[in-house]
Amino acid sequence: MKDPVLYNYLLMLGDNSMILGHRLSQLCGHGPTLETDIALTNISLDFFGQVRSYFQYAAEIKGGDATEDSIAYLRYERDHYNCILVEQANTDFAFVIARQFFFDAYHHLLLEQLTESADSQIAAIANKSIKESKYHLRFSTEWMKRLGAGTAMSQKKIKKAVDHLYPFVHELFHETAIEKEMKEKGIGADLNLIRKQYDKIVMDVLNEAQIALTEQPDRQANGKSGMHSEEMGFILAEFQYMQRAYPNMQW
Amino acid sequence: MVVGMPHIKNQEIADALRKLTDPEIPVLSIMDMGVVRSVTVEDKEVNIEITPTYSGCPAMDMISTEIKFAIDQLGYNTNVKLILSPAWTTDWITPNGRKKLEEYGIAPPLDEELDKRVLVDGERIIKCTNCQSTNTKMVSQFGSTACKALFKCEDCLEPFDYFKCLK
Repeated sequence: MKDPVLYNYLLMLGDNSMILGHRLSQLCGHGPTLETDIALTNISLDFFGQVRSYFQYAAEIKGGDATEDSIAYLRYERDHYNCILVEQANTDFAFVIARQFFFDAYHHLLLEQLTESADSQIAAIANKSIKESKYHLRFSTEWMKRLGAGTAMSQKKIKKAVDHLYPFVHELFHETAIEKEMKEKGIGADLNLIRKQYDKIVMDVLNEAQIALTEQPDRQANGKSGMHSEEMGFILAEFQYMQRAYPNMQW
Repeated sequence: MVVGMPHIKNQEIADALRKLTDPEIPVLSIMDMGVVRSVTVEDKEVNIEITPTYSGCPAMDMISTEIKFAIDQLGYNTNVKLILSPAWTTDWITPNGRKKLEEYGIAPPLDEELDKRVLVDGERIIKCTNCQSTNTKMVSQFGSTACKALFKCEDCLEPFDYFKCLK
């Protein structure tokens, strides 16, 4: 392989979009209203578009007979490098929105930095995706506020979702060796810089939404190193089923 | 940076491309959409670069196949390449394309500033494609496809799509 570190970095970027995209696709036909259903699946589609770009590039770097599909469908759990946050279940609409908001705010800031990446293909993908992440963040921000400052019931539900999901946020900023090397080469993002902006965005929205963060310890989370939560096996079982049952099948 | 429509010297290729439409917006040619970024012809070899509107646009594979089919039929060997940079913007939709969108029932994109006022602050500026009233309300920021938002006219009560500004 030409550049295993870059390959690994592309999987990290792509896997976040792929797993969250898959989680959102599970809501197709199950959204609370038709409009929200369509919005969530539209966002899912954007994520899968981004995944294709990342994995086409990753396949090029891996060489041999690797394709975007073999990378997407034929890796085992430990070879996935998404963060634990995006694996979390579609427990209810509040969980879906809180998960989305915590990720969108990070994703948008990350892409902002990646538009300046020394790797021109990553920069091109980021330039394309950032226009989409802007809409995603707008959507999830509005729903955070609506749920938080809504009824007693919606406030209770979003608070529960935030309490469950926020401890997974720190993993986004926990720099792995791969991310460090990519940052030093000018290809990857500087997570410390993102964290400062991230905290401000998140706190502003939580304040406006009248959601108080409960002090609690960070969850141990090493998804970016391939150690996943129990959710991941179920996700992959569904996601990879067709390719595993009928190897090399095509539409 | 290439903006707007590429100038295509070869007339028959230009004509063929102008006849191809976006499968999700059948009135709009891929040229008016600004999806075709460059066309180079050398003898019988044609290289065409296209760019997606949104990353996940499911129409791209179909557009790419249709381009190859149409140009090959003219006796060329066509290669279609998908490029991501520079990223597509709604500014590349031609004036003709904007007119066709409106006639078809999709309000064409406003500029970035106005777009934000409509989608975030709920300002009523978008003209209903049915009765031209601006008494219109956003129903959802995400419409039938990734590039559109769903609106409703509060005068004639018709629903319609708005093509979101992408900068």
